[in-house]
Amino acid sequence: MLRATFASLLARKLRLILSGLAVVLGVMFVSGAFVLTDTLGRSFEGLFSTVYSQTDVQVAGKPKIEVDELEGAPIPANVPADLVERIEDKVPGVADAVGLAEADGARVIGKNGKVIASLGPPRLGANWTGESDMITLRPGSKAPTAENEIAMNAGLAKTGGFNVGDEIAVLTLEPKKTFKLVGIFGYSNDRDSIGGATVVAFTTPVAQQLMLGEKDVYSAIRVKAAAGVTPEELRDRIAAELGPDYVVKTGDQLATETTDSFRRGLGFFNNILLGFAGVALFVGIFLILNTFSIIVAQRTRELALMRAVGASRRQVIGSVLVEALVIGLVASVLGLGAGIGVGALLAFVFGQMAGGLALAGIGVPVAAVVSAFTVGLLVTLVAAVLPAIRASRIPPVAALQDSAIPDKPLTRVTIAGALTLTAGGAALALGLSGNAGDATLWTVLAGVLVSFVGVALLTPLLARPVVSVLGRLFSWSVPGKLGRLNSGRNPRRTAITAAALMVGIALVIGVNVILTSATKSFDRLAANQVHAEIYISGEQSGPLPPTFDAAVLDRAGSTPGVAKVTGAYLDRAIVNGTKPDFVVAVHDIAAARDIFALTPAEGSLDTLGEGQLVLDAESATQIGGVHAGDRVSIQLTRGEAETYTVAGIYQDNDVISGIFVPESAAKNFAVPQPFQAFVQLAPGASITDVLPRIEALLADSPEVSASDRSAFIAQQTRQFDTILTMIQILLALAILIAVLGIVNTLALSVLERTRELGLLRAIGLRRAQTMRMITVESMVISVFGALLGVAVGTGLGTAVVRALRDEGFTDLAFPWSQMALYLVLAALVGVVAAVLPAIRAARVDVLNAIAYE
Amino acid sequence: MTTAAAARAVDVWKVYGSGEAQVVALRGISVDLARGQFTAIMGPSGSGKSTLMHCLAGLDSVTRGQVYIGGTELTGLGDAGLTRLRRDQVGFVFQQFNLLPTLSAQENITLPLAIAGRKPDPMWFDTVIDTIGLRDRLGHRPSQLSGGQQQRVACARALLGKPEVVFADEPTGNLDSRSGAEVLGFLRRSVREFGQTVVMVTHDPNAASYADRVVFLGDGQIVAELADPDAEAVLDTMKRLDVLGTVA
Repeated sequence: MLRATFASLLARKLRLILSGLAVVLGVMFVSGAFVLTDTLGRSFEGLFSTVYSQTDVQVAGKPKIEVDELEGAPIPANVPADLVERIEDKVPGVADAVGLAEADGARVIGKNGKVIASLGPPRLGANWTGESDMITLRPGSKAPTAENEIAMNAGLAKTGGFNVGDEIAVLTLEPKKTFKLVGIFGYSNDRDSIGGATVVAFTTPVAQQLMLGEKDVYSAIRVKAAAGVTPEELRDRIAAELGPDYVVKTGDQLATETTDSFRRGLGFFNNILLGFAGVALFVGIFLILNTFSIIVAQRTRELALMRAVGASRRQVIGSVLVEALVIGLVASVLGLGAGIGVGALLAFVFGQMAGGLALAGIGVPVAAVVSAFTVGLLVTLVAAVLPAIRASRIPPVAALQDSAIPDKPLTRVTIAGALTLTAGGAALALGLSGNAGDATLWTVLAGVLVSFVGVALLTPLLARPVVSVLGRLFSWSVPGKLGRLNSGRNPRRTAITAAALMVGIALVIGVNVILTSATKSFDRLAANQVHAEIYISGEQSGPLPPTFDAAVLDRAGSTPGVAKVTGAYLDRAIVNGTKPDFVVAVHDIAAARDIFALTPAEGSLDTLGEGQLVLDAESATQIGGVHAGDRVSIQLTRGEAETYTVAGIYQDNDVISGIFVPESAAKNFAVPQPFQAFVQLAPGASITDVLPRIEALLADSPEVSASDRSAFIAQQTRQFDTILTMIQILLALAILIAVLGIVNTLALSVLERTRELGLLRAIGLRRAQTMRMITVESMVISVFGALLGVAVGTGLGTAVVRALRDEGFTDLAFPWSQMALYLVLAALVGVVAAVLPAIRAARVDVLNAIAYE
Repeated sequence: MTTAAAARAVDVWKVYGSGEAQVVALRGISVDLARGQFTAIMGPSGSGKSTLMHCLAGLDSVTRGQVYIGGTELTGLGDAGLTRLRRDQVGFVFQQFNLLPTLSAQENITLPLAIAGRKPDPMWFDTVIDTIGLRDRLGHRPSQLSGGQQQRVACARALLGKPEVVFADEPTGNLDSRSGAEVLGFLRRSVREFGQTVVMVTHDPNAASYADRVVFLGDGQIVAELADPDAEAVLDTMKRLDVLGTVA
């Protein structure tokens, strides 16, 4: 029996390759994700051990606010400058202690007037602490010694095209300041940067003021141990001397911790990649299922003969499953190999994009190997089970009959589909209603997945009517009509092939519906409920929001034609000891009240004095049911916790919510500069007159721009496009596998219909017409799949949008152009998928095809 | 004589393979198939009768010699030219698998014209349909028709385009004798009443007796001919040739 299986495998190389390819691609994605994150993880390990190579022990302040890793790094409290002497004097075994005034957020303005962007690595501003084993000034450079002098790392100088002697404008905690570039430095081993980070080095007092916001403080103290003292010993001695207010760690510890934190971030990233791999493999199951079904159908006589000569049902099932096992095994090996290649390539691209991360050697983690084989074998076997069972049901007498077993009626599969879809819909509803608790995400995902299976099971029933209607679009010619009829010939086959394409497109369209609705809702809110004509804001490009000079707010307020201006500063704070939440420092609360049409529920929204705060009703309940006149404690990023009095509570609305503190409180924010402002024009003033005046005020704040409402909305929703593009790229694999499925189905159909094709050619169908016939069949299948995908995606997106109605999704909007685009693309995909099968069909040898037996 | 020939082969050779494995299927056959005649080609298997038909019909290329359909020389035509010729000037009836399962009987009949983008002449269509006697079955799919009915539909398809020649390859091979007689009778009527040229390959003497002329092939050459044969005469000739073959 086994030998017969292998013989049949070898005789069907094409099917083997095509159905195997789907598994190869899926496994490639899975193992590639593991290889990528493993390689990047080890690269970061190398990076941070370099960063901390000069540090035996580091002393820092405890962060005032701990935040989750995914929300950004916590900002440590500054330590007093005299701590350096205290460590040097009081702790034995210290060779050297150096105060560091270093923080992310030194944004250099390039020669084009725009900020030099970072795709991830920090843009550090620091005090110059001298040359070392690691840092050396390049020839022609000197250290910054005067207040207006800076040095920068060679990588940054290259990116910006800066030379020693240039005037360099830098944005820091303070608005734009201009410095003279006196030094360019590099790192050991002739590196221009460490991991793509940019560094601007000031003199110590300037760095303290601009990067830490205070005089005579450091962000950390770097301590070197004297000979004979281990870093661990020194750490313990310093910790004992300084007490619990400080965080004391060895350089190795810091390197490990930072690496671990990056690894966890990469783990999150890995899970996203694996999610998309899962979609691709899910689609792959459809493809393999279809292939095996067709193979079993074509081998009916052969299998029946085996049964007739004594093979048991179990042996027939076994033979089909062994065939699947071999395909799964070969595909897993190939997929693993391809995955290692893809992982390495992506790691390289990632390293380049991040500005030159030195890559550790490519490694293949055990997880990659295990998952490759588990996934590859499991997917293939699961997909082969149904066809195997069907094969075992072929009666021995079928060997003697000429006619194929007629298709079973679709009743059972339709009922099963309806039940599955109902179950999926119920899970989805449960998840979206928010009643599933912690399992919400999983419930929703399971609901989506089960719904897909349900729709796929219902597809055969839909196939006949939909395909026949769709096909009429293409059947103006005889080959078109023949193609349409062929695509309606085997509804199960057409349905599964189309359903595979449905999955990817449904997900894209679903997300698109959500984002389009979000944009529409946002647009409506801005139009109806924000009474401002000019918006000042920027697009976030790094860990810190884009900000502008606070002086712009006052100047804008006194600009002719401007009635009111309100501005916002953003930071996290701990309010009444709860977990960190956002607080907003507001410029001119009365203007904010008018512009956002806030109505007081308690107290007043007219003024916001020192030590007062205003908040929305929901937040008031959340932080323990406070009322006007109550006292609330707030811990900001810098400074000590302070007590504020509730001046007013505003009613909940769709536009803004949150805790408002006075503008003066922003000095203790991580970034004491505003990130958004809203300008209301005076009656009769024209936006075309006022906008240029506001723009002129922003000349020194290149991170933000002034815009009218539509430009503002476009700017704020631009990241949706990025999200959508990413999803489309990641789902491209699932769609590619679906296209392989179409190729596969067509190739097998062409094989099955060789004699028919021969007949058609004999009675005068030209080669081109033959190809057109196959192409139409292919287009009908792919457009049918896309149509299903658009319909299901719209359904999913609508369900999510409706469920989130209370979260501000006031409008449901459909991305019509995208939907149309996908249908057109599907038609094109159909054409492409048809190329090889069509050529094969056109090459059918007429004589062989019509020769009997 | 040339003008009267619907199809003509001039010194046609067909050689398969080369060297040791070389097989000569046709050895310099010259034959004229007169217009408006029903010709049967007979011979034992391996005699080259099917090869000759395939070459005459533009389904296969010849190694040497010329083939003409009407005034057109086939030899030298490319695939596109041959396809157009088959579409416009040749009708086919095969032994089996003659119809597309997805199309109704009527659609099958009009398929070659539809492929060519032509409309059937309605009068002629009616005449053909009435002759095959399947008017009430036109909307049926092939799977709903009997073997004989399917073959009559195939004949109607071959005739509807009024081709220069209809080639029938063992058209009754898969039919019982009564259905076979219907099909053959229909082919003969198309010759007698409509002046159609029909060339039929068969090994059944009874089928050959419907023809006006029987050409016997043996070992790639024409070995005998009969005009207006009956089944008896055909059988006799076959026996004679068989004896000759054994002696040779």
